[in-house]
Amino acid sequence: MEQDWIWGLIGGLLIGMAGAVYLLANGRIMGASGIIGGLVDGSGRNTARERIYFLAGLLVAPMFIIPFYREVNTNLTTNLWVVIAAGLLVGIGTRFANGCTSGHGVCGISRLSLRGFVATVFYIMAGGAMMIFARHVLEII
Amino acid sequence: MRNLYALIAGSLFGIGLTVSGMIDTTKVQGWLDIFGDWDPTLAFVMGGAILPMAIAWRLTRNRRPLAGGEFPKPPAAQADRNLVIGSTMFGMGWALAGLCPGPAIASLSIGGIGGIVFVVAMAAGMFIAPALKTRLDLAMPEPV
Repeated sequence: MEQDWIWGLIGGLLIGMAGAVYLLANGRIMGASGIIGGLVDGSGRNTARERIYFLAGLLVAPMFIIPFYREVNTNLTTNLWVVIAAGLLVGIGTRFANGCTSGHGVCGISRLSLRGFVATVFYIMAGGAMMIFARHVLEII
Repeated sequence: MRNLYALIAGSLFGIGLTVSGMIDTTKVQGWLDIFGDWDPTLAFVMGGAILPMAIAWRLTRNRRPLAGGEFPKPPAAQADRNLVIGSTMFGMGWALAGLCPGPAIASLSIGGIGGIVFVVAMAAGMFIAPALKTRLDLAMPEPV
């Protein structure tokens, strides 16, 4: 538990390197919601192949390192209504905002984008408020 | 080559998300829950990720992408209403489940029905978003 921040930093550096590869090699911003959303609504049809390869790596690569962990758990709530509501909010919200934690947070802030900063401030504030409401008031998560 | 680079980037992203603990929803919720047992990990992940990205943005100057094409220009759109509405909705969902789009996909590799339900709901949300956006713009045109 004490070394969690070190692993956070190492993992973060890897995430940043992933974004750097995607930018410097393919000239694209590594935004998870944009990569998925372009496939879902068909707006990314022309670049579908590289999107699918990216998502394949994202899905499969963790399987190679998970065996080195004693225990990995997403600890996702078992309340499927909460999961569905959360998924819908994340899906609609990231498409309205045109980005999520990776696109606005990592790639946007690192290029000093105003939109990236504004998005990050709003999703963190909304997330913090929702935490208070759902955990400490409604006590559903 | 584009596909290979995309595969490498996606793999690094997935490994980074796993190593950092971001596929554990309690770490995200623990960071957002300032009145609980606050977990600072996410701040280190963000900081760690922004560093190489900032260097990468610098390297884009006077260069072209390895696989050809152009680097993305700064977006024409300003910080507008849809950005604020969308980010607020996203933040609410992010807190409820402790998952955002990247970790949601990466966490599927662990298994479990919840992750699949989340990704299906997220994809459904993404699918209906363009129509909702059009409706909102018609009902309440944004002042320019």
